[in-house]
Amino acid sequence: MKGIEIKGISKTFKDTKALADVNLQLEEGKIYGLLGRNGAGKSTLLNIINNRIFQDEGTVTLDGEPVKENEQVLSRFFLVNENNLYPEGMKVKEAFFWGKEFYPDFDMEYADKLCKVFELPKKRKIKNLSTGYQSIFKNIMALSVNVPYVFLDEPVLGLDAYHRDLFYRLLIEKYAQNPFTVVISTHLLEEVTNIVEHVVIIKNGQIIKDESRDDILNGGYCVSGPAALVNAYISGRETIGEDTIGGLKTVYLLGRPDDVLPDGLEISSMNLQKLFIQLTGV
Amino acid sequence: MKQELNQEKPIFIQIAETIEDGILTGAFHEEEQIPSITEFSVNYKINPATALKGINLLVDESILFKKRGVGMFVSKGAVQRLKDKRQSQFYDSYICKMIEEAKRLGITSDDIIAMIERGFVK
Repeated sequence: MKGIEIKGISKTFKDTKALADVNLQLEEGKIYGLLGRNGAGKSTLLNIINNRIFQDEGTVTLDGEPVKENEQVLSRFFLVNENNLYPEGMKVKEAFFWGKEFYPDFDMEYADKLCKVFELPKKRKIKNLSTGYQSIFKNIMALSVNVPYVFLDEPVLGLDAYHRDLFYRLLIEKYAQNPFTVVISTHLLEEVTNIVEHVVIIKNGQIIKDESRDDILNGGYCVSGPAALVNAYISGRETIGEDTIGGLKTVYLLGRPDDVLPDGLEISSMNLQKLFIQLTGV
Repeated sequence: MKQELNQEKPIFIQIAETIEDGILTGAFHEEEQIPSITEFSVNYKINPATALKGINLLVDESILFKKRGVGMFVSKGAVQRLKDKRQSQFYDSYICKMIEEAKRLGITSDDIIAMIERGFVK
């Protein structure tokens, strides 16, 4: 099979089960949103795929070939996360130079252009950059390496609204011109809802949702109105959560609404953030 | 053309409607090229597959046509076809919603007619 196949991955840190029998496929040329609350296991999964840590059980393959300690395969992956792998004292431009050494398709001209648009000083030492600019530096690497699989773990950490907007636009432009697989893990769901094509939600080390964005959004809806009317409507239906304020009630349901609704009830569409909160709450 | 998308309708439909509005207001002319999938995706920060889905909706209705290797163009007669389509949707999109709200507020049909006449004179 083409793409990345993750089979039966489990990982335990001391006495904490970080991942429990995770199965997932990542296809070529798609943008994925990997969502989960803090500590759900997102970063552990990305680290395992990228050989930064190793699983206790299970396999990760790319186009059928095991990823584990396979330099050939790993040169087709690029992971951005909060860990800084660059040697103490390395400057931005030196990192680009080494990027070119390890990733033959690294586009130096494009990286230079991005430094200009983000106003990242190339002569600065990476460790002396602010949190936001460290993220920007890593994102520039990710956009310039030209590998078929890019993993972005909290890519907009510390970025201001202007830089986040710029980053999303550049990512989409790059992807539209030449699609590659992108896995974005972020807490800012509203910003990526329209960008991702597929959504994976992870909770307590297990995947609880693995569907196209459209199917997820079409698969649920919200009904609100006076509590008595809402209660009558939901009897016999599958709800995933509710909010009440005074006598006004909103419920979150799976499935599609009736064509004709009783007077006094209002339907609104499900959005990723609402669904996420309902599915991952305690 | 709208600058921001909302959550009320699927994004690909909003893209199609944005292009329709562009054609109806004269921002896009018949037989002229419209922006590319990349431009739409970047501008609205959406997945290119979604932009393509919206554009294909209008290709299916012969509002747009594809010139291979060049891009998307507005069809000849698109303005009239869009007017016909929007007119046929007018009752459902505007009148029904207005009456619903009017009933909630206790506004009569005579009141509405008077308001409409006032609006036209303005």
